Amino acid sequence: MTTATAPRAARFGAFVPALLLLVVFFAGPLLWAVYSAFTDVALTGSAEVNFIGVDNFTTMWHDAQFWNSLWLTLVFVVGSAVIGQNTLGLLIALLLRGRNAGTRGVVSGLVIAAWTVPEVVAGFCWYSYLHRDGTLNGILGWVGLDQNWLYTTPMLAVILANVWRGTAFSMLVYQAALNDVPPELHEAAAMDGASAWQRLRSVTLPLIRRSIVSNLMLITLQTLAAFGLIYVMTKGGPGTKSSTTPIYMYQESFQFYKLGYGTAMALVLLVIGAIFSLIYVRLIKVDNL
Amino acid sequence: MTGPRRGPMRLAAYLVLALVAISFFLPFLWLIVASIQPGAALSADISWQFSWENFGEVLNAETIFRPVLNSLIISGGTALITVFAATLAAYPLSRYRSRFGRLFLYGILFSTGLPITAVMVPVYTMYSQFELTDSVPALILFMAASSLPFAIWMMKNFMDSVPVELEEAAWTDGAGWLQSLRRIILPLMVPGLTVVFVFTFVTQWGNFFVPFILLQSPDSQPASVTIYTFFSTYGQVAYGQLAAFAILYTLPVVLLYTAMSRVFGGAFSLTGAVKG
Repeated sequence: MTTATAPRAARFGAFVPALLLLVVFFAGPLLWAVYSAFTDVALTGSAEVNFIGVDNFTTMWHDAQFWNSLWLTLVFVVGSAVIGQNTLGLLIALLLRGRNAGTRGVVSGLVIAAWTVPEVVAGFCWYSYLHRDGTLNGILGWVGLDQNWLYTTPMLAVILANVWRGTAFSMLVYQAALNDVPPELHEAAAMDGASAWQRLRSVTLPLIRRSIVSNLMLITLQTLAAFGLIYVMTKGGPGTKSSTTPIYMYQESFQFYKLGYGTAMALVLLVIGAIFSLIYVRLIKVDNL
Repeated sequence: MTGPRRGPMRLAAYLVLALVAISFFLPFLWLIVASIQPGAALSADISWQFSWENFGEVLNAETIFRPVLNSLIISGGTALITVFAATLAAYPLSRYRSRFGRLFLYGILFSTGLPITAVMVPVYTMYSQFELTDSVPALILFMAASSLPFAIWMMKNFMDSVPVELEEAAWTDGAGWLQSLRRIILPLMVPGLTVVFVFTFVTQWGNFFVPFILLQSPDSQPASVTIYTFFSTYGQVAYGQLAAFAILYTLPVVLLYTAMSRVFGGAFSLTGAVKG
């Protein structure tokens, strides 16, 4: 598809600015992470940094709070992304098919609005919504179900907030995917007497399988390292009840000044992210590249 | 999923959609109500007293103008550098097949998935080693580097849609690759360049964690960080002002997004994201 007259300058010179930035400011810190995870570098300003081998990882292995944070991260990713955003996004996309412009506009407009709001503002909205004196308790108070959500169910609170914030992405992915499903297939299945549920299961879902898998990968990666939303709403509390690994990593590094330990945790997060990312890259058809 | 003329199913679908719409709207309610109520508290009790007092309170250099200016410099600078570097890198990726290019693309795609939050601890250690913390240019360079993978990926997809024949004519006239990139491809790619610029800008406008870690002095912090400081310092007492601040900080992003989706169609920011 390309000409053989490609000047070498174009082939390699054009990469220079991007490569320089990526190597110095992206790959550099990654390599630095690998190095400093094996040291006791601290924020306290002591110039001496010792190589301590796998000590940070041994500490991590015996650190119950770290395992707790990893578990909460898993709960957060599965609850808010894999189950929440993914299912709700698909449901909204399915329900909006063939509706009038007004309905589509209002529903997807509100869902997308929640998505465009900056992370910190989304945190404020949900903090006030779920607060003891907040909107939700104002409504639930009528039926006597009001309580201090941010204290009694902090994980549920941050999961709901993240579903609210992230569903638009899945919805848009599925709207695009559903547009490519030929309507004739549906009509044919309906003629054969297939129920709506059967049509969804045996016609629609298999046809959008690829979109489902890439959506799941992408939202998992986006959710894995969520920080701002949780930090604004609960700061990881009460206690450590919503302290996911990114929050715990932040606290250990910047509040307890254990940068080496924090970096070791960062490395664990990066490895998990890298595994999902590799799966995602494999999913993209090679001939697209 | 539902046949258009099947009554109960149709009703159920509308009920679910109404429930979705209400659930997505409710968390916004407080933000809107509190911003226009003088002395608002956390509850969205409507006191039917409207005033712009909260907006007036926060519209000063200290609270809004300087942080927003910082946000403009940081997000705008990042977006400019990102678009520049991404355009150059996308050119050979789109035009020539090479082993290096292929490897580079795989690397790019792989990096789009890496959690930036996790990189921040090592970035901070590295920056403090080289005394780069609290420096806005250094912050911008890191943000540009972290925006690049996705930007290059988008840009390559946009450039692929510009036919190579147009360039061949220019080459026979003796134009170099930089000239044909500038005179032929870029003018045809204005929509693509705009999308990448706005996408990067909007993402960095909302970025809280990176400046929160890398910038210490309040004078250089962007609105995403100062609004958090405001929340943790005065938030309990001045909710109305916090809501007004939040609206003013959010508005540019919402306006940009609306403008972009009017021009380029609903899912503009998904461009090139999911090609599975």
